[in-house]
Amino acid sequence: MRIAIVIGLLVIGSLVFHFLSPWRQTPIASNWGEIDNALTITFWVCGAVFVALNLFLAYSVFRFRHREGHKATYEPENMALERRLTFWTALGIVVMLAPGLLAWNKYISVPQDARVVEAIGQQWQWSFRFPGEDGVLGAVATKHIGPDNPFGLNPDDPWGHDDILVEGGEVHLPIDQPVKIVLRSNDVLHNFYVPQFRAKMDLVPGMITYIWLTPIRTGTFEILCAEYCGVGHYVMRGYVVIDEEAAFEAWLSEFPTYGQTRVIAANESGAP
Amino acid sequence: MTYTTIAEDTRALHHPKTWVGKYVWSQDHKVIAVQYSLTAIGVGLVALVLSGLMRLQLGFPGMIEFITPQAYYQFVTMHGMIMVIYLLTALLLGGFGNYMIPLMVGARDMVFPYVNMLSYWVYLLSVIVLMASFFVPGGPTGAGWTLYPPQAITEGTPGASWGIILMLASLGIFIVAFTMGGLNYVTTVLQARTKGMTLMRMPCTVWGIFVATILGLLAFPALLVAAVMMMLDRVIGTSFFMPSIISMGEPLAHSGGSPILFQHLFWFFGHPEVYIVALPAFGIVSDLISTHARKNIFGYRMMVWAIIIIGVLSFFVWAHHMYVSGMNPYFGFFFATSTLIIAVPTAIKVYNWVLTLWQGDIHLRTPMLFAIGFIFTFIHGGLTGLFLGNVSVDVPLSDTYFVVGHFHMVMGVSPILVVFGAIYHWYPKITGRMWNATLGQLHFWITFLGTYVIYLPMHYLGLLGVPRRYYEMGETEFVPASAQWANEAITIAALTVGVAQLIFFYNMISSYFRGPKADPNPWGATSLEWQTPKTPPEHGNWGPTLPTVYRWAYDYSVPGAAQDFIPQNVPPDGAARDRDM
Ligand code: HEM
Ligand SMILES: [Cu+2]
Ligand SMILES: [Cu+2]
Repeated sequence: MRIAIVIGLLVIGSLVFHFLSPWRQTPIASNWGEIDNALTITFWVCGAVFVALNLFLAYSVFRFRHREGHKATYEPENMALERRLTFWTALGIVVMLAPGLLAWNKYISVPQDARVVEAIGQQWQWSFRFPGEDGVLGAVATKHIGPDNPFGLNPDDPWGHDDILVEGGEVHLPIDQPVKIVLRSNDVLHNFYVPQFRAKMDLVPGMITYIWLTPIRTGTFEILCAEYCGVGHYVMRGYVVIDEEAAFEAWLSEFPTYGQTRVIAANESGAP
Repeated sequence: MTYTTIAEDTRALHHPKTWVGKYVWSQDHKVIAVQYSLTAIGVGLVALVLSGLMRLQLGFPGMIEFITPQAYYQFVTMHGMIMVIYLLTALLLGGFGNYMIPLMVGARDMVFPYVNMLSYWVYLLSVIVLMASFFVPGGPTGAGWTLYPPQAITEGTPGASWGIILMLASLGIFIVAFTMGGLNYVTTVLQARTKGMTLMRMPCTVWGIFVATILGLLAFPALLVAAVMMMLDRVIGTSFFMPSIISMGEPLAHSGGSPILFQHLFWFFGHPEVYIVALPAFGIVSDLISTHARKNIFGYRMMVWAIIIIGVLSFFVWAHHMYVSGMNPYFGFFFATSTLIIAVPTAIKVYNWVLTLWQGDIHLRTPMLFAIGFIFTFIHGGLTGLFLGNVSVDVPLSDTYFVVGHFHMVMGVSPILVVFGAIYHWYPKITGRMWNATLGQLHFWITFLGTYVIYLPMHYLGLLGVPRRYYEMGETEFVPASAQWANEAITIAALTVGVAQLIFFYNMISSYFRGPKADPNPWGATSLEWQTPKTPPEHGNWGPTLPTVYRWAYDYSVPGAAQDFIPQNVPPDGAARDRDM
């Protein structure tokens, strides 16, 4: 009896909580509205099922609670009913799965014209690399990493010389242009996660992963590491700043290319 | 009819003479079950205390000095691993499996009692090795319960020197113990059922435990090889999971390994593991609901098939834990589809539990309250699973508190509610005494409502974007100050729920000594364990002759029958309609 009422109240309480909760998705800042839509559809379907099943549960418990002289019926099974329930469940599943899969298809298909930028994770900081004039990221390897080559670029690879290196954990990107963010880790797993972009993906040492997105509003957004990477996991933060095209270009031009850093390093060490 | 003489053979029973033989080096499945359960609950308490400490840090950051980031991550890891493996798996299979299988199928004991005894002692060893890691230099591993390499074995993760080695060793030992127990459970179900106990007459409890054990026997080897390979990487410098990386600025000697390979192995075990915990709980709760609603479980055959289908499918969904792991993105289509398909048999189970209540005669005793509470929490956790299974919807939610909320509802709270319900349900049979009903109810209400207060808000923090495994959020622009209130409230609820478990322990312990003597079949249940000649059942369970089974386990409220239940071993007669299910 009490449990029936409490379950009813929990359903109502959950709904109230859902609609009044101050903790909801951050305003979106990328093109991944489809993901939000799939999420919303899932919320509605699941919410309806949650309410219906639990109210039915509460009602059953209330209505058929033990009282003097009350007796249960004897009904081992009802195949027709089970088949109907299976059908409707399957239908609900399809309604949720279809938009989910369509969004995923888009999520993994990078547009041809996407600009490339690389995000590099290393316990517990972010750095970034742009491919420079030639549009190609130069080869890298762990064995080249050192104090004057933190990105591990291969000095003999000509494609790498014009790569623009951005240290300090902040990257700028131009608004309204699709960008493919290539992800690379120098040590352990990390995850590039900006809540307002919705997208996220692990950085896996030994391989290259990616996400893509189109920023749709300017502003500064925090990057959080979302894959546990050791004691500094929770402080592994960075920033993405979405700029208008011109401001972005101006920002980017302040950073040295790999070629330039080598010249500087060579000068400092006095080599020819 | 699969009747074999193994069940009848009493010579094999080794009757101990001494106290030590009876209660320590015991080969009696019931004593082993109690040993397993008490040990599991003992380590479970360690995990519970750790969760309280973690919550204190999250609710009141920095308040407790010794909870450093290192310590926090060690607590998270040990908490998760203990809860999943050393508490729930051990308790549901080693504890309930051991106690229930022979009694419910009408056997005198497990088929291999000696191996069964070894299983417990090896399990105890694995627990000791695990606990030892609290005392080694560097402390226990803080790699997260998923133990993902390279981080699990590189500096920068707490316990990367000794803790991880003990963790891997302990897991290996646990798997040996599980295998010895598991082979026993499967063999006993297949070979030692009493006369008339066909597979389709077994109670759902046995079905759940049986299928879960098969899953365990197929899934744990994946974890074992992963543990062995990681151990080799860590100790002798192989590179199964280790590509060439730098650690703390220095290059390591490894090269060519694949971190993602470990994830596949881990989740090939890890997903079935969810069902290793869930299926016994499904089975048990079906029997609790049916017994206390005085009504047959609705759609028994569907329920059994759903257990089997879920078991099979659970081996085809593992990579839904890896949507954003960097694996081949096309896997996402397959695993999202297979994951959502598994929702269908799972939903059927939920419908059938509720339909069992429909037109029942529901006695709201403590075990039934826990069962109904389970239906609620499981519906909640099952539905949020659809978010995470649906690949693109998982993208924003994965590795956030939404996930923490989801898996606690579905495999933390739900099975634990069933475990409590089951303990209250079978306690009179196991101890011969009755617990205090008022305390039982109090325990239920605090636990049920408290856990919802803990986990409901977590989903919303996750929706907002708060990542999991964060020692503290610090200043983060998108997180409003109110999120910290949620964290405080959650912590207060968690501590309340934690302390409220004392009510349970007090009730169980004091009733053991002072509780009123229990009726041998206080709930009027049909299954065989309630029909033993003695309560608690003696060594050998059945006295001189084994029971013979004439009917399924769900003859409740049969029209025309004198009582509202007909035990499985009652022969058909004019009054009671025989159903050959
Ligand atoms: C009152 C009871 C419990 C409380 C308050 C609690 C609390 C927590 C907290 C605070 C975390 C860490 C979240 C984070 O920082 O990411 C956590 C993680 C976890 N818990 Fe619980 N928990 C409880 C019971 C359980 C139970 C019964 C299970 C059994 C399945 C469980 C399984 C886990 C797992 C697997 C993790 C993940 C560990 C990891 O991230 O490596 N917990 N829990
Ligand atoms: Cu990281
Ligand atoms: Cu991290």
